[in-house]
Amino acid sequence: MKMEDDAPVIYGLEFQARALTAQTAETDAIRFLVGTQSLKFDNQIHIIDFDDENNMINKNVLLHDAGEIWHISGSPADKAVLTTCYNKTSESRVLTCAAVWRMPPEWESGSHESPDDSSNNPQTLELLCHLDNTAHGSMACVLWEPMGDGKRVISLAENHVLLWDLQESSTKATISSSATLEGKGQLKFTAGKWSPHHNSTQLATANDTAIRGWDLRSMSQIYCIENAHGQLVRDLDFNPNKQYYLASCGDDCKVKFWDVRHINEPVKCLEEHSHWVWSVRYNHSHDQLLLTGSSDSRVILSNMVSISSEPFGHLVDDDDLSDNEENQQEDKGKEPLQDSIIATYEEHEDSVYAVEWSAADPWLFASLSYDGRLVINRVPRALKYRILL
Amino acid sequence: MSSATTPPDSDPTQRRRAHSMLKLYYGLNEEGKSTEQAESLDPCDINGPHFDPEVYLNKLRKECSLGELMDHESCMVKQIRSLDSDMQTLVYENYNKFISATDTIRKMKNDFKKMEDEMDCLSANMAAITEFSARISGTLQDQHAQITKLSGVHTLLRKLQFLFELPARLNKCLELQAYSQAVSAHRRARCVLQQYSHMPSFRGIQDDCHVIMEQLAQQLRQKFRDGGSSAKDLSECVELLLQLDEPAEELCDKFLSHGQSRLEADLQGLEAELKDSAVTDTVGSLVQKTSPGSNPVSPSSSASNPFLSPTAGTDILEFIDRGCNEFVSNLCLVIASYQELFINRPQEGELASKNIPEMANGKLHAFVDTLAARYFSLVERRIQEEKGVGDNSLLVRALDRFHRRLQAISKLLPGSAVPSQGTEIVVRAARERIKQYLSALQTFYHDSLTDVRQALAAPRISVGGTSVSGGGATSKDATPSLPELLTSLSNFILNQLKSVLASVHLFTAKDITFSNKPYFKGEFCSQGVREGLVVSFIKFICQSSRQYCESAGDRGGSTPPALLLLLSRLCLDYETSTISYILTLTDEQFLVQHHTPVTPVTALCAEAREAAQKLLNHYVKVQGLIISQMLRKSVETRDWVNTIEPRNVRAVMKRVVEDTTSIDVQVGLLYEEGVRKAHSSDSSKRTFSVYSSSRQQIRYAPSYTPSAPMDTNLLSNIHKLFSERIDIFSPVEFNKVSVLTGIIKISLKTFLECVRLRTFGRYGLQQIQVDCHYLQMYLWRFVSDENLVHFLLDEIVGSAAHRCLDPSPMEQSVIEVICERG
Repeated sequence: MKMEDDAPVIYGLEFQARALTAQTAETDAIRFLVGTQSLKFDNQIHIIDFDDENNMINKNVLLHDAGEIWHISGSPADKAVLTTCYNKTSESRVLTCAAVWRMPPEWESGSHESPDDSSNNPQTLELLCHLDNTAHGSMACVLWEPMGDGKRVISLAENHVLLWDLQESSTKATISSSATLEGKGQLKFTAGKWSPHHNSTQLATANDTAIRGWDLRSMSQIYCIENAHGQLVRDLDFNPNKQYYLASCGDDCKVKFWDVRHINEPVKCLEEHSHWVWSVRYNHSHDQLLLTGSSDSRVILSNMVSISSEPFGHLVDDDDLSDNEENQQEDKGKEPLQDSIIATYEEHEDSVYAVEWSAADPWLFASLSYDGRLVINRVPRALKYRILL
Repeated sequence: MSSATTPPDSDPTQRRRAHSMLKLYYGLNEEGKSTEQAESLDPCDINGPHFDPEVYLNKLRKECSLGELMDHESCMVKQIRSLDSDMQTLVYENYNKFISATDTIRKMKNDFKKMEDEMDCLSANMAAITEFSARISGTLQDQHAQITKLSGVHTLLRKLQFLFELPARLNKCLELQAYSQAVSAHRRARCVLQQYSHMPSFRGIQDDCHVIMEQLAQQLRQKFRDGGSSAKDLSECVELLLQLDEPAEELCDKFLSHGQSRLEADLQGLEAELKDSAVTDTVGSLVQKTSPGSNPVSPSSSASNPFLSPTAGTDILEFIDRGCNEFVSNLCLVIASYQELFINRPQEGELASKNIPEMANGKLHAFVDTLAARYFSLVERRIQEEKGVGDNSLLVRALDRFHRRLQAISKLLPGSAVPSQGTEIVVRAARERIKQYLSALQTFYHDSLTDVRQALAAPRISVGGTSVSGGGATSKDATPSLPELLTSLSNFILNQLKSVLASVHLFTAKDITFSNKPYFKGEFCSQGVREGLVVSFIKFICQSSRQYCESAGDRGGSTPPALLLLLSRLCLDYETSTISYILTLTDEQFLVQHHTPVTPVTALCAEAREAAQKLLNHYVKVQGLIISQMLRKSVETRDWVNTIEPRNVRAVMKRVVEDTTSIDVQVGLLYEEGVRKAHSSDSSKRTFSVYSSSRQQIRYAPSYTPSAPMDTNLLSNIHKLFSERIDIFSPVEFNKVSVLTGIIKISLKTFLECVRLRTFGRYGLQQIQVDCHYLQMYLWRFVSDENLVHFLLDEIVGSAAHRCLDPSPMEQSVIEVICERG
């Protein structure tokens, strides 16, 4: 086995791009979806398949002719269904809309036959329904219910939180409830995250420098971290294993970790980037691994073990414990591991606006920079084994 | 007959001859013999006894001539004649004497005969007397023995009388308060009474005596208890009581409790004063509000200012004085008299066996310790009240006096822990003092900074005024001169530190008794003053500077940027010179001997430099954010799709240039210029040169043609390949150019990111072109590498072109005209 880590795999898109998501419902193939931004050409969704064994990328392109894509999100239930937020320009007015799409069923086979020609005649996404936002303004993002049945999404539009029910195979979307943020100052939502905990009844949103928590049953605010960041908050993510833990990032170049029960002070604060941090993602399985992307063109992988669900490293299983009591004592004596920066990835040359962990392989992640460069990297082997063994 | 050599009438010879004749007469033959033997045996010696006339004559006839013989014969005749005459005179002279002598001798013979008879009579008489005497002695023998016996009985009777009279006598003594006589009388009788107590009569006397003595002891105790009496009286009292078999322990206890009550009173007096002064203290601080000094940076003096000593009712010196004069001296008195009474007294008889001194000493120690503990707690409370750090000499003098007076106790009571406890209190007070000074310095530092803040804030209005009237350069006159503020702040801190050092130095002055204690020689200087005060203060400055960076970072610039800049320079100055100066000064003043590890100068300098770096970085960040905010607002709030054709540079761009210029001035006041990369020949011209504009044209002209969207990416990627990665919020160097570069980087990057989030119409793009050109005209001169500005501005225009719905760029010449117009 090669001990050095595999080199990063780089894929270049022809267009600028900001939107990246892992295909959430796909658990076998390592697959990412990238949405392009172009005002002049038809926009595309690139389906990036990573062949882990051969260290190769296979791509398929679907046309997204509604407009340039600002946000993309895959359904957790149906891997063919996804949502996008896109700019629609009409009458000198730019509005960001959102829609639910279905990938054509034969996109995969088509691309395999003639990979070189696939870009010549790309297939088009099938529109399932619009999330009608004419009354609420531009959509910032669309969030699927985590681990849900693909029937509920939330969209953040200006200062509104809209909870949608997708009916009749997602062909019809109706607002089941909504909430509106009111008050002074900049109230436009910039980012949001649907909490996977508490039976999926909580939502966190960011507007300006504040982070707010919402109870979706009553559609009311449950907490508010004013001035969570010195500047704009750009992104949020929930710790998948610790229900009250939340990471946020923003224009003050910081990544902060919050315990939403004690919102006066962050639990931890990282200041490693030299410009705005646009994206923060917890690893889905090992919540000590944290990925951040910044407009300083860097992606940083951090090991925040001290505030993770496994602060003492990998815990030995119960039956192992009974077999070997010496082991147990060794484990008890272990110091909590130190938080550290695992790696800084410098393959990008433009601002990185999105990073994502693969849904299928927890040791693999992708990052996307504005110039259309997608980089796929792995967690260093040494660390991987340390976490696993 | 005498020789020719002998003078004929020489007296001694004549007298001798007379003597010898007398001797002969009285039968002293041996004498005569000896003289005869001494005479020459020479037969020719005419005077010798063995003179032989025949030999002599023959000799003369043989030896002498006729004439000589004739002469000799005549001479001989002459001598014979003179001898004859001498003989006659001698006989005549002594005749009477002979006669009288003969008479005397005859008379003596008669007298002696009489005397002999009388002597015989005397001896007879003496024998008679001896006989008589012996007879008398024999008769008197019996009577003498009787008299001796009688005299013995008489003495016994007198003793008995004393005993029988004893109760009465004691009573009388009691009445007359002649206690000592009573006690001595009783002592004399006590043994006897004890011995014969089995006889009823003696028993009665003994009982009586007991009762009386009990009474007496009672009175003595009373007297002892009353305590009004003089020390001598007391001493006597104790002495007597001891002789009365009063238990010594009880006496000690009583004596001590008696002393305690008086000392308690002293302590209560002190305590009362303590409460009083506490009250007056607060009143004093309420009343006292002096006006601040005229200097702009002088710490605003208020009631809270610790450098003004509070007007207390009694100062600590008075308090300690009172404590010393009342409590300590009374305590010493008690100790001294106690020792005299119980410990140092010569022990006689049975008392010695009871080992009183040891017991008494133990009690005394316990007594002194308890009282001293209370006294110390009071003193410590008082010392703790001494919060004002204005005049340290008072405290030091008070402590000195406190300590000095305790030495008396150590002399009186050698083994006592009290003096060492006192020293500990002094040490604690000194430690506490250092802490107070540190916090006072910290408060002072904060106050100074507040004043600097105010000084910075006040004239800022005038800066705004001048900048509106359109001259970045004139603002230099209007701003409060930053260097002046810096020097005055730095001097204020240094002076304050020096005065604090001087105050603290009092603790180690030669004339202070405790200054030669090991603590004050060693630990106080190194751990206390150097580490606890000076190093801590410097660390505090760095620490608080860092806090300025952190607190302001999140809550959005509560600290004025100029203050950050000023503090950064202050810390840098500390790093380069001030720290080593202060520490050298301290080491010299306190002759610090580093027994324990101390913070090295280099570590402090490193800390100061780190703080300076952090402050400057933060300054860059804050200033960058201020400009960023303007740019972001200007991009976000505008409808770039539906904007009109650009006629002017937007006001916000002018504002950006103005602000950058004034930041440049501000930084220039405190930091050196720094190095910048050599300018290309064209960039030194104020107007935008053909080269640079044409370069711009080349750079993004292709991107405007819709047919080749890939080229921009390619071009910009190629450019990026060859240019270094730009870290936006990166540490800056300590010079103006680096600072300005940092600020401009932050601003332009924000501009870029904001542009990328918007969609532009044709005129929107053109406006961005104009704005960027304007920025390029003015910003290049501030930065170390102008290419950086070019690159970022190119990126902005490029991104705007990408985000443009109708990308038809403006003619470069038109842009230039608009920008020239301003």
